[in-house]
Amino acid sequence: MNWMYILPEIIIAASALAIIIADLISRKPVIITTIAIVGIAASLIAACTSTVTFEPVFDGMLFIDGWSRLLKVLLLVVAGSVVIASTDYHARLKHSWAEFHALVLFSLLGMMLMPSAGNLISAFIAIEITSISFFVMVGMLKTPLSSEASLKMMLTGGIAAAVMLYGMAFIFGSTGSTSLAEIALSSQPDFSSGLLLGALLLLAGLLFEAGAVPFHMWLPDAYEGAPTPVTMYLSAGSKLAGIAVIARVFSMGLNNPGGLGADWGMAVAVISALTMTLGNVLALQQSNIKRLLAYSGIVHTGYMLIAVATIGLGGQVSGDEKLFFYMASFALAEIAVFTAVIVITRQIGSDRIEDLAGLARRSPLLFAIMSIGIFSLMGLPLTAGFMAKLFIFTSAVDNGLLWLMIIAVLNTVISAYYYLRIIRVMWLGKPSDGSALSLPKAPGLISIFSALGILLLGIAPYLLLKLAENIIFIP
Amino acid sequence: MNDIAEIVFWMIPGLPLAAFVIVFIGLRVLRVNDWLGALLSIIATTASFALSVWLGIRLLIQPQTRLIEGFSWFSAGTGMNVDVGLLVNPLTVIMLVVVSTISLMVQIYSVGYMRRDGGINRYFSFISLFTFAMLSLVMSNNLLIMFMSWEMVGLCSYLLIGFWFHRPEAAKAAKKAFFITRIGDFGFLAALLILFNATGTFDIEGIHQAAAAGIVSATAITWAALGIFFGAVGKSAQFPLHTWLPDAMEGPTPVSALIHAATMVAAGVFLVARMYPLFEQSESALTVVAVVGGITALLAATIALVMWDIKKVLAYSTISQLGYMMLGIGLGGVWVGIFHLFTHAFFKALLFMGAGSVSHSTHTFDMREMGGLGRKMPITCITFVAGALSLSGLWPLAGFFSKEEILGSALESQPILFGIVLATVFLTAFYMFRVVFLTFGGKYKGKGKPHESPLVMLAPMLIMAVLAISAGWLNADGTIGSLLGEESNHSWTTGIFGVFTHSLTWVSLLLAAAGIMLAWAMYSKNWFSPKKVSSRFTSVNSLLLHKYWFDELYENIIGSRLLNNGLFRFFEIADERIIDGAVNGLASLTSYTGSMARRVQNGKLQNYLLIFITGVAIIALVAIIIN
Repeated sequence: MNWMYILPEIIIAASALAIIIADLISRKPVIITTIAIVGIAASLIAACTSTVTFEPVFDGMLFIDGWSRLLKVLLLVVAGSVVIASTDYHARLKHSWAEFHALVLFSLLGMMLMPSAGNLISAFIAIEITSISFFVMVGMLKTPLSSEASLKMMLTGGIAAAVMLYGMAFIFGSTGSTSLAEIALSSQPDFSSGLLLGALLLLAGLLFEAGAVPFHMWLPDAYEGAPTPVTMYLSAGSKLAGIAVIARVFSMGLNNPGGLGADWGMAVAVISALTMTLGNVLALQQSNIKRLLAYSGIVHTGYMLIAVATIGLGGQVSGDEKLFFYMASFALAEIAVFTAVIVITRQIGSDRIEDLAGLARRSPLLFAIMSIGIFSLMGLPLTAGFMAKLFIFTSAVDNGLLWLMIIAVLNTVISAYYYLRIIRVMWLGKPSDGSALSLPKAPGLISIFSALGILLLGIAPYLLLKLAENIIFIP
Repeated sequence: MNDIAEIVFWMIPGLPLAAFVIVFIGLRVLRVNDWLGALLSIIATTASFALSVWLGIRLLIQPQTRLIEGFSWFSAGTGMNVDVGLLVNPLTVIMLVVVSTISLMVQIYSVGYMRRDGGINRYFSFISLFTFAMLSLVMSNNLLIMFMSWEMVGLCSYLLIGFWFHRPEAAKAAKKAFFITRIGDFGFLAALLILFNATGTFDIEGIHQAAAAGIVSATAITWAALGIFFGAVGKSAQFPLHTWLPDAMEGPTPVSALIHAATMVAAGVFLVARMYPLFEQSESALTVVAVVGGITALLAATIALVMWDIKKVLAYSTISQLGYMMLGIGLGGVWVGIFHLFTHAFFKALLFMGAGSVSHSTHTFDMREMGGLGRKMPITCITFVAGALSLSGLWPLAGFFSKEEILGSALESQPILFGIVLATVFLTAFYMFRVVFLTFGGKYKGKGKPHESPLVMLAPMLIMAVLAISAGWLNADGTIGSLLGEESNHSWTTGIFGVFTHSLTWVSLLLAAAGIMLAWAMYSKNWFSPKKVSSRFTSVNSLLLHKYWFDELYENIIGSRLLNNGLFRFFEIADERIIDGAVNGLASLTSYTGSMARRVQNGKLQNYLLIFITGVAIIALVAIIIN
């Protein structure tokens, strides 16, 4: 066994433990934050330089290939941003500062393992590590709203886990194995109806993490009630890990072209259409920025599921790099917007959209960051969001999903309505209090970087796309 | 044009872009005088204008198409290669001349009009950005870049409509304009993706070749053409997406002249012209274009009859004239529509400048508070009347020649549409001269002392007046027709005087004259009072005053009742009842376990489970059906 394969994960786990121990020795928040950042940075270096292989490792439990490496890097960047952004949230989290950071790292550990899963059992363990950490983090504010959100998330999460396990049991029953490689072998070319049922139950359980309709119910409450850095983490982290694990499990284990792949591919396509439409419709009425971003995140889950559907319908390797591009551009936009939201809401003491009025005059820089992020979510040209949508929509048409593309494009129109409302309020609204807002250094740095990243990827998408293509497909 | 260096072509959109970057970023940081930004912006546009006119002259000497390959922007996966290049054909050059001329004139005019406002740097940087986006939209050889420029002009329009953001109506109008044009963009983007899937390229020439070679199925062509046209309907404010343009008049008047009269709104017409080879392959798509154009022309002209706000009249007039252009393309081919676009840009921008000049001295747009301005503002009055005569289509002004071609094409093919166009000719002359008599005739009814505008505003108006009079003569020997049309050279107008050999000319001139006379009788001589006329036709009058209730239909019935309080509310309640109702009132962590037990007891937990399992069942069902 070569432990070097999971060096990034080992570093993260060690840092999490170090934080718990450090908390016993000194209660200085700087120390905790430093350990977390150093751990994430070290893990990032390890993830970038570690060896990858197309063969499963640890008895088929994990895949350490290009896809898992890309996702690890992305999730590490997201987690690092969350840690840095949360320095601005210290006042509200100071009583559980160390626990919060330890949980950020533990859930990161789970999320990093999710896209690497080579076995249903390792996938399940990774998902549960992530979910349970999040249940606690969401409830960390200990306000009624926060506790309620945590409870809702835990209840639905429990059901999701049960459904998922049930599905895994069916898959094991029909194929005699939990290893993705062996499931793939024994499901060719014919498959039993038990396997199909199992696959769909598994899909339902996995869609919970990604926040797709009709498994989205926990999400708006969790986003609203959770501490904002946790909301950011849920959106830019666990959502992406959830989609990545679907792409992994289904494209590796349950993807025989023409048969099972077409079935779940079509199911995902239908869910994707429902997800983006319902998410948009519900987003229209929101007056709380965090809740609105929750629904906006549901819509983006829908867009990403288009790419997952094309993987099922188009065979093994049709759109992984495009899906990754979408994830990266979405993560950048969420980091920019949520960091700005953290900074703004702390200073204005409200997370209602109306109270963002006049932001353009109170802080032009924060306004610019928010606008770039929102324009990217909206899919306006010259932002990464536009390119990401273009890639995914073209691959939908190429895989015979013309109807889905049309629904998706229609949805981008609907979404413009509520995104524009935020822009309008920030730019044209009258502030009740005209005092200037400040942007502290650390959160300022990451939000400016991600805003610039959005523009860079909007102008030069090939930088990331080529890189992703090379990492995924060339050993 | 083949001997011209490539850099010249790149400079045309490049210079305004450079001006934008310098003005927006450079001057903000340095915080120098605001007017330096205006100067830089004007210099850059002047250079683009000079280059465009030079290209135009070269084109007249020797018509050619020049393709500049440019560079490869990016490639994605297998088969998606996007190149940034320029396609410079006669259509492009005509648009270049229009855009750069109007942009230059409007910027000079703005120096006078906007001088009392703050944010001059911001204003001129947005105008420069708009000019860049519009020029690259026109020059791009690639549908994807065109779409991106298309969105960018929309964004600039949003920024400029909302320029006076302290006015709530301006903010609302800006959002409405952006959102409604985005509804149209849905069609454009979908068509783009369909065409890419069918032909494997975004290159405009490549798409046309593939379509001509029969690679693309007829259904795909029709749907793609309709999608593109839907995009044009949004941008060019055609029925039924026309409601945003009148509201967009909340922006500064020079912006209305540039964006909402001459260039951006004409981009839809240009798009249809650019993709015309595609439309040519689909009879039904062309018919749709013509019919929608005809309906829009008549509908908007009737609303213009009753508006009291001078800019609103001009806005509806613009919508109506854009309908003319669509009709011209649909029935007569590219050159008929583009020729009208060309002349319309000059006289309509002139009319907006005139309206701006009037409001600059009276501080209102309401014509009931004007009157008698003819003697106080003689130059504004003369130029405005020249524009109005051109718009009404009086010989030998520019509007006459281009409108005559549209009438001719309609007469040849569609008797019903021909009737509509004729009716619109009469209505146009009437509403324009209603404005003229209300504004410049009679006695002054407003406050303060009106005065003539400064020279910096009058000079561009005078230049535009010359163009509004003479631009049509360019086609006196069929020049524009032969530049743009391949076989459609049966021009109705042969020579400036030759037009009188055809009886159609007499009919249309009579109708226009009748419209002017009627306006004169009603609003100058008061032989019969407008009030009596409107009270006799109360229902018609109220229908028109409410603009056929389109805003109410969209906002109250569809937007508010059907969607917000109907469908969306239903989803929301369904969502809330099950989720929020489930755990509402849950207090704090202390009652954590207790409440969890209660939850189980009162059955809400089953709700969660129910939805989950229903979802799973639906997924299974879908899979089984597809299987």
